[in-house]
Amino acid sequence: MKLHELSLKEQLNGLIEGSFSSTELTEHYLNRISNLDKDLNSYITVTADLALQQAALSDERYKSSKALPLDGIPIAHKDIFCTEDVLTTCGSKMLSNFKAPYSSTVVNKLSSEGVVILGKTNMDEFAMGSSNETSFFGPVKNPWNKEYVPGGSSGGSAACVSAQLASAATATDTGGSIRQPAALCGLTGIKPTYGRVSRYGMIAFASSLDQGGVLARSAEDSAILLESMSGHDPKDSTSLKEEVPSFLDSIDSPINGIKIGLPKEFFERDLPEYVESSTKEAIETYKNLGAEIHEISLPNVDLSLPVYYIIAPAECSANLSRYDGVRYGYRCEDPKDIEDLYMRTREEGFGSEVKRRVLIGTYALSAGYYDAYYLKAQKCRRLVANDFSKAFESVDVILSPTTPGTSFKSGEKSNDPIEMYLQDIFTIPANLAGLPGISFPCGNHDGLPLGVQLVGNSLQEAKLLQAAHQFQKVTDWHNKFPEV
Amino acid sequence: MALSDKELKEIAYLARININDELLPSLKGELEKILNLFNKLNSVDTTEIEAMSHPLNLSQPTRPDEITEEDQREKLQETAPSVKSGLFLVPKVIEGDS
Repeated sequence: MKLHELSLKEQLNGLIEGSFSSTELTEHYLNRISNLDKDLNSYITVTADLALQQAALSDERYKSSKALPLDGIPIAHKDIFCTEDVLTTCGSKMLSNFKAPYSSTVVNKLSSEGVVILGKTNMDEFAMGSSNETSFFGPVKNPWNKEYVPGGSSGGSAACVSAQLASAATATDTGGSIRQPAALCGLTGIKPTYGRVSRYGMIAFASSLDQGGVLARSAEDSAILLESMSGHDPKDSTSLKEEVPSFLDSIDSPINGIKIGLPKEFFERDLPEYVESSTKEAIETYKNLGAEIHEISLPNVDLSLPVYYIIAPAECSANLSRYDGVRYGYRCEDPKDIEDLYMRTREEGFGSEVKRRVLIGTYALSAGYYDAYYLKAQKCRRLVANDFSKAFESVDVILSPTTPGTSFKSGEKSNDPIEMYLQDIFTIPANLAGLPGISFPCGNHDGLPLGVQLVGNSLQEAKLLQAAHQFQKVTDWHNKFPEV
Repeated sequence: MALSDKELKEIAYLARININDELLPSLKGELEKILNLFNKLNSVDTTEIEAMSHPLNLSQPTRPDEITEEDQREKLQETAPSVKSGLFLVPKVIEGDS
């Protein structure tokens, strides 16, 4: 077996046993990246020198029996995570020259566990998009079929793990940006409970919705990485002060008796036949594993999309006001006065989807409209969240398709924002309620993968990972990889 | 929901984003479509519902008022577009004789 074909867990065992060194593993990935990524465009920056330095240090630690928990595993970071002295662009022209002066907590935590950083992955600009077509650094291609999109906004992270150009990758999810690309690229992706993973140094899009997480090959690999990323951080005022359980400890326990809820509102939607049949098959698999299946109702879930497209743009318009061309990032040429500097820097530095959302958010927050839009949306958000609280009184997890279909062709939806927004119809509700969600592969249609989603109650990541792992023990979808 | 050119320009000014006149019609169309998406919320009765600003019931954490960061002015200003003597430079803001 070639090194890139091993899972993260197998690579860790190989390193511990001395079957290969981190330098060999890292060089292997760097070679694959230089051979294969020109076409995929999954990386914005490849940090080859840094990676080889880190790998060498890791090999020394193995030799002196001082290895760290994730020592020598080569991963990639979404380019939304600030990485000290490394270009951190967030997929935008606005930050195309920005070398972060400090590292995010996620990067620091993983580095202190011994990971090797291969580079920074491509993404939709400021994480706004579902196809990775809004990046200033060009679109990312889906490794399963290069005419198709990898999903977004964590499209680069998904494409590079799917093409086996990294063992796993960090990612973020504001309305589905981990789970949707996981589904479209045949990976396992988990967005933990809001507040589980520190947002310090994670470039902000919509602060009450953003959450960091993982894209990996399996639930098991996701559990390993997520455990190292999670935990309280005094530098993030929204970080949860909750103990992080060992996600791996419970993963092997059987799930017989688990109560799975199927929201009728999701299944009443007009979905393609292949989505319905793959989802039904996944439900059958869970029945065979001893799960109880219950129909449930989330009566207000249809409000999620409009609620999200008020709240996320409103928060983004506030967060992105910091990009003014004064302290860092892009500045327009020859500004004639300070106003001109602001206006043209932001006109030239932001792409069209980012501008659309900033304008919508500005409108929703402006005098005379605040109550009608923003306040109304916050009240409706409560209704959506209350539906979940009620549902979790009778079930353990909620199952649905992750996306309304397999991937779509590049350019197919990029001219119609609403069409694109519908991609996240099944993923947005968990962000509004702050709940953990996981997507994992459950089928394939015309050579493109398809995912199923489980949403859990607050802090129930262990249960989601366990349920996904048990599914993956009896199915093979997560072991299929594209020829690249 | 129809937006006038004047309204759109006002919003763009509030957001400090310059917009070329030739882009106004297409942008207006896109924004109107998005605003129409919001009509669905009008029919929902939310009179007794408390606004949810955040998924967690948080209070702002506090910490002792102690200096924890060291001065990194030079490092932080390395990424700035224009700096002189430790100050960020912008075009002249105050009118008058200099």
